Amino acid sequence: MVSASCLSGYSTYASFPSKAVPANPVSDLPSSLDLGNCFLLAPPTYMGPPPVSTNQAYSQYAQGDIQNGPPPMDHSMAQPPVCQPYSHGAMNLSGPHPSYPQQYGVQPSMQQMTNQMSGMQVGSGPLTSAGPGYAPSLQSVLPTPLQPLPPIHKLLTQCLVPPPSLPLPVSLQPPNLTMMALLPLNNNLSPPPPPPPSQPFPSSSPYSGPPPSSQPRAPAVSRQQSFPPGPPPPVQQTFPNSAPPPVSQALYSGPPPSSQPGPFPPTFASPAQYPAAQPPSQPGPPHFHSGPPPQCPMPPPSMSQQQANPLPPGPMQQPPQPGMHGGYPTQQNGAFGQPRGPQPGYAGPQYPGQQNYGAVPAPTPAPTQKRLDPDSIPSPQASELPAVQKFRHRIDPDAIPSPIQVIEDDRANKSSEPFTTGVKGQTPPLVTTNFQVKDQGNASPRFVRCTAYNIPCTADMAKQSQVPLAAVIKPLAMLPPDETRPYMVDHGEAGPIRCNRCKAYMCPYMQFIEGGRRFQCGFCSCVTDVPPHYFQHLDHTGKRVDCCDRPELSLGSYEFVATVDYCKNNKLPQPPSFIFFIDVSYNAVKSGMVNIVCQELKTLLDYLPRENPEADSVVRVGFVTYNKVLHFYNVKSSLAQPQMMVVSDVSDMFLPLLDGFLVNVNDSRMVIESLLDQIPEMFADTRETETVFGPVIQAGLEALKAADCAGKLFLFHSSLPIAEAPGKLKNREDKKLVGTDKEKSLFQPQSGFYSNLSKECVAQGCCVDLFLFPNQYVDVATLGVVPVSTGGSVYKYTYFQAEMDRERFLNDLRRDVQKPMGFDAVMRVRTSTGIRATDFFGSFFMSNTTDVELAGLDCDKTVTVEFRHDDKLSEDTGALMQCAVLYTSCSGQRRLRVHNMAVNCCSQLADLYRNCETDTIINFFSKYAYRSLLNTPTKTVRDTLVNQCAQILACYRKNCASPSSAGQLILPECMKLLPVYLNCVLKSDVLQPGADVSVDDRAYLRQLLSCMDVSESHVFFYPRLLPLVKLDGGSLPMAVRNSEERLSKGGVYLLETGLYLFLWVGANAQQELLSNIFGTPTFSQIDPNMTSLPELDNPFSQRLREIIDSFRSQRSRYMKLMVVKQEDKAELIFKHFLCEDKSASGGASYVDFLCHMHKEIRQLLS
Amino acid sequence: MATYQEFIQQNEDRDGVRFSWNLWPSSRLEATRLVVPVSCLFTPLKERPDLPPVQYEPVLCSRANCKAVLNPLCQVDYRAKIWACNFCFQRNPFPPSYAGISDVNQPAELMPQFSTIEYIVQRGPPNPLIFLYVVDTCLEEEDLQALKESLQMSLSLLPPNALVGLITFGRMVQVHELSCEGIAKSYVFRGTKELSSKQIQEMLGLTNPAASGPQSRPAAPQDPAVTCRFLQPVHKVDMNLTDLLGELQRDPWPVPQGKRPLRSTGIALSIAVGLLEGTFPNTGARVMMFMGGPPTQGPGMVVGDELKTPIRSWHDITKDNARHLKKATKYYDALANRAAVNGHSIDIYACALDQTGLLEMKCLSNLTGGHIAMGDSFNTSLFKQTFQRVFSKDHNGEFRMAFGGTLEVKASRELKVSGAIGPCVSLNAKGPCISENEVGVGGTTQWKICSLSPSTTLALYFEVVNQHNAPIPQGGRGAVQFVTQYQHSNTQRRIRVTTVARNWADAQSQIQHIESSFDQEASAVIMARLGVFRAESEEGPDVLRWLDRQLIRLFMFHLRRSPFLQVFNNSPDECSYYRHHFVRQDLTQSLIMIQPILYSYSFHGPPEPVLLDSGSILPDRILLMDTFFQLVIYHGETIAQWRKAGYQEQPEYENFKHLLVAPVDDAQEILQTRFPMPRYIDTEHGGSQARFLLSKVNPSQTHNNLYSWGQETGAPILTDDVSLQVFMDHLKKLAVSSAT
Repeated sequence: MVSASCLSGYSTYASFPSKAVPANPVSDLPSSLDLGNCFLLAPPTYMGPPPVSTNQAYSQYAQGDIQNGPPPMDHSMAQPPVCQPYSHGAMNLSGPHPSYPQQYGVQPSMQQMTNQMSGMQVGSGPLTSAGPGYAPSLQSVLPTPLQPLPPIHKLLTQCLVPPPSLPLPVSLQPPNLTMMALLPLNNNLSPPPPPPPSQPFPSSSPYSGPPPSSQPRAPAVSRQQSFPPGPPPPVQQTFPNSAPPPVSQALYSGPPPSSQPGPFPPTFASPAQYPAAQPPSQPGPPHFHSGPPPQCPMPPPSMSQQQANPLPPGPMQQPPQPGMHGGYPTQQNGAFGQPRGPQPGYAGPQYPGQQNYGAVPAPTPAPTQKRLDPDSIPSPQASELPAVQKFRHRIDPDAIPSPIQVIEDDRANKSSEPFTTGVKGQTPPLVTTNFQVKDQGNASPRFVRCTAYNIPCTADMAKQSQVPLAAVIKPLAMLPPDETRPYMVDHGEAGPIRCNRCKAYMCPYMQFIEGGRRFQCGFCSCVTDVPPHYFQHLDHTGKRVDCCDRPELSLGSYEFVATVDYCKNNKLPQPPSFIFFIDVSYNAVKSGMVNIVCQELKTLLDYLPRENPEADSVVRVGFVTYNKVLHFYNVKSSLAQPQMMVVSDVSDMFLPLLDGFLVNVNDSRMVIESLLDQIPEMFADTRETETVFGPVIQAGLEALKAADCAGKLFLFHSSLPIAEAPGKLKNREDKKLVGTDKEKSLFQPQSGFYSNLSKECVAQGCCVDLFLFPNQYVDVATLGVVPVSTGGSVYKYTYFQAEMDRERFLNDLRRDVQKPMGFDAVMRVRTSTGIRATDFFGSFFMSNTTDVELAGLDCDKTVTVEFRHDDKLSEDTGALMQCAVLYTSCSGQRRLRVHNMAVNCCSQLADLYRNCETDTIINFFSKYAYRSLLNTPTKTVRDTLVNQCAQILACYRKNCASPSSAGQLILPECMKLLPVYLNCVLKSDVLQPGADVSVDDRAYLRQLLSCMDVSESHVFFYPRLLPLVKLDGGSLPMAVRNSEERLSKGGVYLLETGLYLFLWVGANAQQELLSNIFGTPTFSQIDPNMTSLPELDNPFSQRLREIIDSFRSQRSRYMKLMVVKQEDKAELIFKHFLCEDKSASGGASYVDFLCHMHKEIRQLLS
Repeated sequence: MATYQEFIQQNEDRDGVRFSWNLWPSSRLEATRLVVPVSCLFTPLKERPDLPPVQYEPVLCSRANCKAVLNPLCQVDYRAKIWACNFCFQRNPFPPSYAGISDVNQPAELMPQFSTIEYIVQRGPPNPLIFLYVVDTCLEEEDLQALKESLQMSLSLLPPNALVGLITFGRMVQVHELSCEGIAKSYVFRGTKELSSKQIQEMLGLTNPAASGPQSRPAAPQDPAVTCRFLQPVHKVDMNLTDLLGELQRDPWPVPQGKRPLRSTGIALSIAVGLLEGTFPNTGARVMMFMGGPPTQGPGMVVGDELKTPIRSWHDITKDNARHLKKATKYYDALANRAAVNGHSIDIYACALDQTGLLEMKCLSNLTGGHIAMGDSFNTSLFKQTFQRVFSKDHNGEFRMAFGGTLEVKASRELKVSGAIGPCVSLNAKGPCISENEVGVGGTTQWKICSLSPSTTLALYFEVVNQHNAPIPQGGRGAVQFVTQYQHSNTQRRIRVTTVARNWADAQSQIQHIESSFDQEASAVIMARLGVFRAESEEGPDVLRWLDRQLIRLFMFHLRRSPFLQVFNNSPDECSYYRHHFVRQDLTQSLIMIQPILYSYSFHGPPEPVLLDSGSILPDRILLMDTFFQLVIYHGETIAQWRKAGYQEQPEYENFKHLLVAPVDDAQEILQTRFPMPRYIDTEHGGSQARFLLSKVNPSQTHNNLYSWGQETGAPILTDDVSLQVFMDHLKKLAVSSAT
């Protein structure tokens, strides 16, 4: 399936190119194919639609949707086939050919162009598209195959051409193709060069901002080269206008735009239009189009077709479509030349199934490879260095795998049908896709996500592939309302029925035998007697008759009621308690924090977690304030006034009172309110600046011990605890250490005090949540030790200002207090014989190698488990995993939550690569890397990451991809985003801090990541960037890639990082847009300090705020909204999150990194 | 010439002084032969309603190491306006303010009747009185309630400007802040951790953060807001404190079965001491500790919290089996000394059925002049009235208590000061008249008495150092001057000066005179104090032997049997309690303690004192015994039967009713005045409480000799103790043998 999708992806590109290509000489295509193709194109999906969508853009969308409908079963599968054929057909058929030829007319020139281009590339690197890494390859590629083709056309041609002229592309990887995204660096590059001229422009055009510089050159060059006369401009235009336009439009809104780009600042959308014929005028529309794109990922192909047709006539209308494509197109744009080339190539040669590619390339593959290889090899190596700069320009960002496209494809293909968990080894939809889950025996992906759903049978295989085997488990995850939460199972006084030997809990993998009298454990194969009260007859298939009635026999996730044997000290647990510790030192009071907390608690206490919404919460509460001494409060209901008890002996903490400290909110409401009213007053004039920290936690611990219950401590803390007390810290922030081997010490706690303390906390079930309000260094690395070890959370509000940060803090606090959680939890992961859980990541404590102890476990906390082989696995039985979490509910009930997961085992590496999930792998890698920071120099960590990824990809290339030129970058379909995501990880503040990133921030993020689930880590590393154009309808605009090039000066964008929301306002944003959003038509009047948007009575504003709210509701932390005006100082912060760009701290751009990765892979292969 | 008895009485009334000898042997040799040293009982603040204080400063001898106060014994040259010190013979000019002095215009201090005179001096601002309550909360509900009421009552007795503070303790120690509005605030300390005074002050936020810098100026003026948080004028916090006391709860920590509640008495005290030390050093203050059981944790722990381990008994102590004894004693000693140095006194009000650790804690009061009161429960009139009596007032409406006293003794050259025994500590003031032979607390001429009452009496011991070969001229007189500086309860600083003189007598030629000047009562008490002092510090039997060797006097029989020396039948706590009071009460009370008084009431005549002998216990008598600590009314067998039969209710037997009421009225009278309030026991023949009487009387009739004495007289005592008769016989034999 996957493969298919990949293909389709390519195809999309291909299609574009193809369209163009057709016009262009075939020859071009091949070369180009390499390039573009390589990239993993999600488009395939589109492919499907394209055929259908003869219509314009709109139709495309529709089609897209429709397609989704049809493909439901197998997205990729269904689509690909369709796509391919269509694409080809479309491509070829479409007028493009003629147009190209016409415009360029000078195919020969093309060659010249290419030559020139190549030259250029090497020399000047006018070709923006190519990354340095690619560059070399490009050259190599280009020279040989491309040369013949006209540069501009190439792109188009690539798509088109591939079939005919270019065997190369095909060569890429017919078989593999499906799986992988192919990044023929060399090849790709090479092809691109030619296209660059024409395409580059278009591409550039799409990205009004960035491209300009690079594009201009490219175009210029190309033009010059190809069309010395003056064709360049015309060429571009012509492109769009002529044949290409349709294609481009349809396929790649980009390309057209490219042409337009020059002329039209408008981005993607425009291209499409341009192509239509009104390039210049339509700039605006194009943008809009881009907006729509989100909806239909599929369209591209169709688009192409449609566009082709419609373009000429009603480009305008189409534009929207193009816009649609825009998302894709963009890539395409950039890639056009390149991607197309490759795509066709791939399609053709590699997967015949993927008709598009397959058809044409099939024959050619071999040759291309050959060509590529030689070219790539020599050129890259030789020229790499010198070429770098130039090359960069060459690789078109649109030609490389686009996260947006992948996400959109997945969304289109998988969101319509519920995901059923019954099928073993099935990869679930991406985290970015909305889907419903039906539990049919395996845990929902909301609970468990694996890096691979087909795991190697042997350790050797696993080692060879280097693909991590891990599961990201979120045991108490919240489910959407339309999914049922795990059923409760009560096996009676004897407790849950378990395997005698391995103690696995009853689950669907237990095989009942001997007429139901015994069962054989699926994990260890031990046979256990069925207790009489649990006996049930078997049906003719050997299943228990009551199988369907019992959740533990039919579902992947369920809960057992635990008996007293599962309780600490064999005593049923008390309901938990919440204790609030409020820092009342000068800074805390001055920042307004104390006041806010006290005010909020008055109402918040009515929302303590409870299981029965009707009843009052049984959670008891206590209050403490502190600076360098602690103030406990007696809030016993019988008192008229609260009593304060000061403990100044912080060196040896103890609980000064018993009765009246932990109380029921309703009983003591009056006293508590009185207290919360008085606290801010009492400390309003405090001059105490010093604080303690260790004793605060100790106090909470003592309180819970005294009350003999588990619970959670909420600490609201402001400063580095320098007062004389246990756990006193000194300011050790030293930026000079950053980048040295001693850097790791910054992430390590200052002393062992807090580690020891957390042990005690865990033993008592004392979970600590820390809210930090620092104005300077507070040593998060040390303060966070206890929260991190006890399943707690750390929230950090640097430079907290009451007005600005109040909402964010309060929402975090509300959620933190209310969220469902378990206490005093122990998690154990059991696996079938052959693999073993060997490593764990997250917020917890482990006193031995198997039990994950969590003082608290809330619905947002994730534990990541790494598995290793200790024996061979069988393909027949697959591998099983059972994660059991024993915990105390917020009502004081002891429970066991069980999640089961079965995955396939494979003896073919290809199966592994076909069934893995990049987002989860990245989640695992980042956690692994972030943890390694504690003991390893940062550089080593980064290198290790790059290395491992290179090995994974190299292994694929070596074992799964059909032989091809070493110059080609071939990526597994499932992992085509691995490089871009990995680059994001490498560029993250933790691994590559900019000068303005504090040590605390890094420590904070490091800890934060450790318990993120996949969807959080995904957006954390690859933020979501939404263009705010037409917001009508219920769907979101399609995201655009995180690059400055994608921003239009005339647009407004919403960026979600998981921690922040940015609203970026282009300097030329339309007045109407501004009025709708801000209530002011003037750019300069927008207040960059606003934290919430004005509530305006217009649909746009309403919808935008709805979107923002919905984004916030999806995240475990409230995202503060920041308005960033283009050219404003604050824009730097915003740009920091444009992770495909080169970062200020020196992080590589996506393109550069891809080249680098390619180089690494090639080194491994050579 | 008055008799010696009149002379002694007169001296006591005027100066509060009673010497063992009223003629002093003129040489060391002779003095030592007299066995009973030259010594005196001195009551510094003896109530003298007829003595108006003078409003000026005393005139001092200008010699640096003398500084004696001008007194009636000084020779004065009215013309030259010069006076000669009668101790060092330094000639001093009168100060300018005495310019008008003449034969007929004498200042009070020169008049003979003002051998005791009191000066009011103005030095610095007046210091308020300070009362710091330290309250145990590990009490039964009933007890706590009663205690709370007593405390609230006491607030109304305090002068409005007095500072009060409250510390409560149980498992934790809480120092209550009294100045706060709204939320009641207290500082809590763990009961197990010893803290230095500095730490305590830091933790209470009493140190000025600015002052902790390099510029160490300890005498920096104290921020009143800071010092006052825990000690506030009664009038300001009356309501707060009343509420606070009202809301005071029993210690909330659960006490498991078989355990004692955890009491952090030691820490509570150390915090009280530390608090006062930091805020009001050298100011009169009273720490009043109320405890309902022994300290069971932390430093100063007297017994563990396991109920199965009983608190130490004498048996344990002699067997060296009292684990915590030494440590605790040392701890409280140190505390007591700290408090004493700062002039703070510590009262202990211990009410429990079992022992509470007074043995270990006694020095807290002994060294600081504090009270100890012992009872069974706070919910008894014994405690309530005793406590109320602490705040009793004199005819001027002022408290009968004084603070921060120092007593300085100056003596003529022939006399040196050996030491003092009483509720005092040495100030280590070196001077020319310090004897090398230390008796009691010696090595100094000044003692600190942190808290004084009008009855507080010290025994002072002297040594005659005049050599035999340097005879004192006939008619020579030796003089002693007592200078007592103290803070009056109305916050005035006062100095009371008492100067007395006695004639020297040559023991060889005037032995008869010396003999007749012997004050038997004073000597008895003085020697008894010495005995008790030694008993405290030495092994019991050794002391008895010493005493037997030293003295052969009638009273010694009773002293010997008293709880002051005998520990049998008394718990360590009780002994400590009795001794505590013995070493501070005045002569009369002391005598009662040594030899209880027994009155007999009958139809045969008015009440008459009878011998403290089992022979006095007759069926038709009602006996009233006053042992100081107990008042026992004992109804003889017949009387008891009559009473049971209810004759007193019948009009025709009104005389019987009167007979019954008579001793009760007398007892009431005693109860009214005595501090601490004695235990009042109304019992009868055969009653269990009759043991209080039976244990005191001379066992002239015991089960051993019952039949030789005939049944009609008295009641037999079941004891193995020897009777006075036997004792006397034995003594006579000894006396004779030793004489040879």
